Amino acid sequence: MQSTQSSMQFVYMLRLASKNLLRHRLRSLLTMAGIAVAIVSFGLLRTVVDSWYAGAELGSAGRLITRSEASLSFRLPVTHADRIRRVPGVSAVTWANWFGGVYIDEKHFFPQYAIDAASYFGLYPEYVIAPDQLSAFQRERRAVIVGRKLANKNGWQLGDSIALRGTVYPGTWNFVIRGIYTGADDKTDEGLFLMHWQYLNERVKAILPSMADSVGIFIVGLHNSNDSAEVSAAIDSVFRNSLAETRTETQKAFQLGFIAMVDTILVAIKTVAYVVVLIIMAVMANTMAMAARERTREYATLKALGFGNDFVWKLILAESLTLSLAGGLFGMLLTFPVSDAFFQATRDLFVVFQVEPETMALQFASSLLIGICAGIAPAINSTRLVIVDGLRAVT
Amino acid sequence: MSFDSASSPTLISVRGVNKTYQRGNQPVPVLLGIDLDIALGDYVSLMGPSGSGKSTLLNLIAGIDKPTAGRLLIGGVDIAALPENDLAAWRAANVGFIFQFYNLMPVLDAFENVELPLLLTTLSRAQRREHVETALAMVGLADRMDHHPNELSGGQQQRVAIARALVTDPTLIVADEPTGDLDRQSADDVLNLLDRLNGELGKTIVMVTHDPKCAARARTRIHLEKGLLLGSDNEAAH
Repeated sequence: MQSTQSSMQFVYMLRLASKNLLRHRLRSLLTMAGIAVAIVSFGLLRTVVDSWYAGAELGSAGRLITRSEASLSFRLPVTHADRIRRVPGVSAVTWANWFGGVYIDEKHFFPQYAIDAASYFGLYPEYVIAPDQLSAFQRERRAVIVGRKLANKNGWQLGDSIALRGTVYPGTWNFVIRGIYTGADDKTDEGLFLMHWQYLNERVKAILPSMADSVGIFIVGLHNSNDSAEVSAAIDSVFRNSLAETRTETQKAFQLGFIAMVDTILVAIKTVAYVVVLIIMAVMANTMAMAARERTREYATLKALGFGNDFVWKLILAESLTLSLAGGLFGMLLTFPVSDAFFQATRDLFVVFQVEPETMALQFASSLLIGICAGIAPAINSTRLVIVDGLRAVT
Repeated sequence: MSFDSASSPTLISVRGVNKTYQRGNQPVPVLLGIDLDIALGDYVSLMGPSGSGKSTLLNLIAGIDKPTAGRLLIGGVDIAALPENDLAAWRAANVGFIFQFYNLMPVLDAFENVELPLLLTTLSRAQRREHVETALAMVGLADRMDHHPNELSGGQQQRVAIARALVTDPTLIVADEPTGDLDRQSADDVLNLLDRLNGELGKTIVMVTHDPKCAARARTRIHLEKGLLLGSDNEAAH
């Protein structure tokens, strides 16, 4: 009987709480909108951070990257390729150089690599290219292969001539598009510009002889991806105490190393995400404090009628939670179209942009926390409300 | 219904009650050694100028405030000694409240407002509906059940408040200036209702009022001034 009474009171309390929210519709609506915007911002900022890391997560653990032990800006002799190929466990080796040219101006940035045309695509099966286009690329020194997304963005087609102004390698470099690759799945980067390493090397011999026959990184294929640690150690041991010592790691670790360079920015973005939640928490706490103050006489009346302190503080908390969860859930739903729009606008920056379940769980938890924190002070105050004082309150 | 306070059992027994409020560091005595008996079924008006302590005495009798000293026996229960939760339960079961400004929940309609105290009982939904409909019919608002307070006149709102006060069938009804915010006609309607509650249902009513016409409707009039009981008169004496 007692539990029936309690559940009856609980249902009534929820009804009263939701009806109270409709008393000042504009105020409730604006508060809800504020919460929704905060939750969307929180979700979006977290997704930006997640997507940054997701690029690295996509890096195949079946591939190793070998670079100079000294620094990424130091090069390795291309002759290392043969010695790496002989290391047990290695199935294939290719290499790439960062080109860093400018197309039109700096705003039209896209990643450009000089690759070994014969071996590169064998290690990157996720770049799908028509065989005739690959043959055409391999036959011509000035040919390039570009990603579908990059081609679409710039309106490029097969046969188009592209001129880049070299920054690392001086001069104007003219290329012809002979192939357009697509990603094997929607997580593959379709924004690369791939040229012949041999073409680059020929011109470098003439203009920068000291940089000739060198590569930025070797990409190493494995017979068994479980052997990555042993093979990495074996490759590095081959070149230990040489003039060009190496550092080998999985592609994922290599890419995470890049992300570590912008780690401070990512921490700042994460901090901003939480600050946004804190701000709306303060705004809503003010709203709830105002609402509770306006209803002082009602709370006193409820107490006079025999409702205990627990009914009143739960009523205030229920109202606060209803408001924050309504705003929060709306914000969670809104996160999907907003993040889609954001992804469309920033496709060059991210390979994938997905709202993760963990982010949604955090959004829900934030909404819950906003409701509890905003309602807790007026709820506690209501337990201290003296009935006769409350009945005299002017509202 | 004829009423004889001498032959009726005592419902309220106030003994040596003092009430002192603290204003900053300054103690402000409001009631000074009040001794009072109110019989079951009596209809009492508490009268006196502002600051005389009449509302404070009403609050003590209703169990929404506690005396600084003294005993308050109501139906044999020393309510001054009850812990907060027990006192709330006692109020829910024994006291009906009528306030000057009605104190209805603005977001609830008349039916829901009257139903509110029944949520503290074990009545089923159907039983609650029956009680609420009876109470609203008694105050003449059976056709206004789904109206919200802002859709009702002041007099109608006070009648809803009376329905809320009687719906749990309490022994005691306390009314603090129940006609203070009403026009003459509405005030008469409310006083007629209180007469019926006392005369037909035998409810004990304690009412605070400034208005001598209003006080004249009560059987017993108790006068207070500066926290002291000056005396009482009842219709039996007239």
